[in-house]
Amino acid sequence: MRHRFEVLISLRPGLLDPQGKAVEGALPAMGWTNVSDVRVGKHVELTVDAPSGAEARAQVEEMARRLLSNPVIEDFRIVAAEAVHG
Amino acid sequence: MSRPPRIGVVTFPGSLDDRDALRAVRFMGGEGVPLWHADRDLHGVDAVILPGGFSYGDYLRCGAIARFAPIMDPVVRFAAQGGPVVGICNGFQILCEAGLLPGALIRNRSLRFICRFVDVRVETSLTPLTDGIVAGEVLRVPVKHGEGQFIAGPDDLARVEERGLVAFRYCAPDGTVDDAHNVNGSANAIAGVRNEAGNVVGLMPHPEHAVDPDLGPTGGQPMLSSLLSSALARV
Repeated sequence: MRHRFEVLISLRPGLLDPQGKAVEGALPAMGWTNVSDVRVGKHVELTVDAPSGAEARAQVEEMARRLLSNPVIEDFRIVAAEAVHG
Repeated sequence: MSRPPRIGVVTFPGSLDDRDALRAVRFMGGEGVPLWHADRDLHGVDAVILPGGFSYGDYLRCGAIARFAPIMDPVVRFAAQGGPVVGICNGFQILCEAGLLPGALIRNRSLRFICRFVDVRVETSLTPLTDGIVAGEVLRVPVKHGEGQFIAGPDDLARVEERGLVAFRYCAPDGTVDDAHNVNGSANAIAGVRNEAGNVVGLMPHPEHAVDPDLGPTGGQPMLSSLLSSALARV
């Protein structure tokens, strides 16, 4: 069974987010002056072939911890698990 | 007569400063040994340099993918056995990603790529790059990086300071550490750190670009010569 996941990776709160800062700086120039706290993260989509959703999810957690994110500076969230048929 | 120390320099896909590191090792009297990322052994070298560059295009995070290259298994074993391991710039990022050094490197405070000479103050002589250098000495070396801001969680940063793991700090030419000379906004102006055992060290500045007096400042000479003697101690 193939299982589809999305992993959302964000910089830990309090850490300087240069991309977020650059985007936040650009928005007022376009007329949106009421925007703050812009944070830019990463979005990884992947499919895992595993016997069960729980096993697939456990594997994604490990992959997110070991490669997709750096626990020193980032948090991650796993969402949208769904079985893909075929 | 004893042989010169053999210093391995790893080339990853996207490494840029491997040639300069090999040249600097030879310039200082060592034998430079090219190592390949896909190698599974270190060919008997006495020390390892992970050089600067943009391994794997800096995709995902700087050093995140290089950290899992086949050569890193023997590098990690070599480090665990007390072998001298030095990470320069991207090599520093790789060592942090591998968990061999504390902390992480993120985008510079200025958001800009920085390419210039800086002064760094040696904070400890207990690293393969500073063995024989008196703490407090100031060395002039270049930096060239976009992601060199050293950070660590509050607990890690406190441990790094308490355990004396800071190897180098950005400073004024007279050794004063202040915000004006903290070139990339690093926590506590940290330019390089070592591990607890003192055999692994990483830094953002480039000693390998500062050994030849024909090319400018020579702040890298004492660091490289320290590395050669640290490596020689294992011969």
